[in-house]
Formats: sequence, structure tokens, C-alpha cells
Amino acid sequence: MAFQILLNMFLGFMWMFLTVTYEPVAFLKGYLFGLLIIFVFRRFFESRFYLLRVIAVINLLFIFIRELILSNIAVLKVLLRPKIEVRPGIFAYTTVLKEDWQITVLSSLITLTPGTLVIDVSPDNKVLYVHAMDIEDAKESIKSIKDTFEKAILEVSR
Amino acid sequence: MNGIADFFIIVFILLGAFLSLVAAYGVIRLPDVYTRNHAASKAATLGVMSVLLGSLIFFYVKDGYFNSRVLLGIVFIFMTSPVAGHLISRAAYNSGVKLWGQSVQDDLKSAPHMKKTASKDH
Repeated sequence: MAFQILLNMFLGFMWMFLTVTYEPVAFLKGYLFGLLIIFVFRRFFESRFYLLRVIAVINLLFIFIRELILSNIAVLKVLLRPKIEVRPGIFAYTTVLKEDWQITVLSSLITLTPGTLVIDVSPDNKVLYVHAMDIEDAKESIKSIKDTFEKAILEVSR
Repeated sequence: MNGIADFFIIVFILLGAFLSLVAAYGVIRLPDVYTRNHAASKAATLGVMSVLLGSLIFFYVKDGYFNSRVLLGIVFIFMTSPVAGHLISRAAYNSGVKLWGQSVQDDLKSAPHMKKTASKDH
């Protein structure tokens, strides 16, 4: 992905030199033409067309913000009730992710999810130990949410 | 235009102050370290972020001055506070802080890599 971006920058500069105009607008124009060229020649690269990955990263960012707001609403609901009725607990969650940065992103996503907080990651990077505020209703729904998270993270690294 | 901006500024700053208040209230009210950490690491994050966002919009509308440092502050808090919550609760667990009595389940106690430290206590 980094190589494709670098190549695209190079094509942008190339356009500036070809047209002998050294302005940001000329660079942007060259960058867009370079994007088209990279799209046409996408089968010669090892990874896929990099714009798809950029879209996946932006998608992940929106998931982060949405989860932050939802988790705050969930915490508010628990706290402002007259009597605190929570059944906390720690459960183990087996993850399919392999690389370090993926697990870091996943665990900070889980920490920002409603009612969950990562306590420990096992040394072989396979199991996350998650503290849940309310383990009964959390477990089922959280499993499905995390499947969407893992899918979004895998989409970035594909 | 200015009226709409004023509305957003007021909403962001009041919401941020309210969320910080709720986080403090949760730290007092909840039973153990881990549940308190839930309130502190989530509500305080969004609270500080929305106060910063409100002040960013305020100075942009009033003085026409876009302070990128505030924007960097928002990003920095967003990145660091989940990690801080994780590290505090992990340190608490490893130094043997007990879960609340009414906790249902504890998978970490029987985890393979925790066996050594657990048997040392007995």
C-alpha cells in the first residue's frame, strides 16, 4: 500500500514537471491522473488497489466514534438508575487476528464498546480476557459486534 | 449561521461537563476497581473530547482562528485513554485486587499463563 501511495506521489510530481506549473492544483491534477493510471495497472501490484484500503480505514474510524457514543449512553443508563444492578465478570474471547497492531486496535475497540474492558492478552496473542459490566446480556450481543470489528480490521489488512 | 454555531458550542460544552460529572459520580458509586474503570475510561474520554471540540468551534467562529493543537489533543486523548484504562485494570488484576463479590465469572483466574502467579499466593 505504501509503495502505491509513493508511486502516486511520484506521478503527481511528474505531472508538475511535464506541465511546468509548480502549484498545489497542478500536483492534485497529476495525483488524480496517477490514481487512474494505478487503477488501470492494478493487476501488476501484489496488494490490492490502495483506495479500497483507505476506505476501510475510514470505515474503522467511524465504527470507533459510533462505539464511543453508544458506550457512553450504556454507562449513563447503568449509573443513573437508582439501584445499581450489574453482574460483572471476566470472560475469555478467542480472536482470529494475528499481528500485533490488529490486536491493539481490536482491544481498544473492545474497551470503547458498551460495557466491556480488556484486562489481559494471553502471551500467544490468541485469547483476550475481557471484563464485562453485565455479563448476561453482554455476551451474546458483544460476540456479534466483535465479529463486525474483526471483519472491519481484517478488511484493512487484506 | 452564528446562531447555529452558538447552539453547537453550548451543546458540546454542556454535554462534556455533564459526562465528566457522570464519570466522577460513577467512580464514587460503583463497587470495585474494574467497574469504576468502565465509567472513568469511557465517560471521561467523550466528556473531555466534546469540551475540546466546543472550544475549537468557539475560537474558530469568534476569532476565525483554527487551533490545530486542540484537534491534536482530541486525537491524542482518543488514542491514549482506552490504553490507560486497560493498563490500570491489568495492573490491578496482576497485583491481586479482588473482583466484586457478586461477580459471576472469572475466566482469567484459570488461564494457563496466570497459573504460576495464582499458586504463589496460596
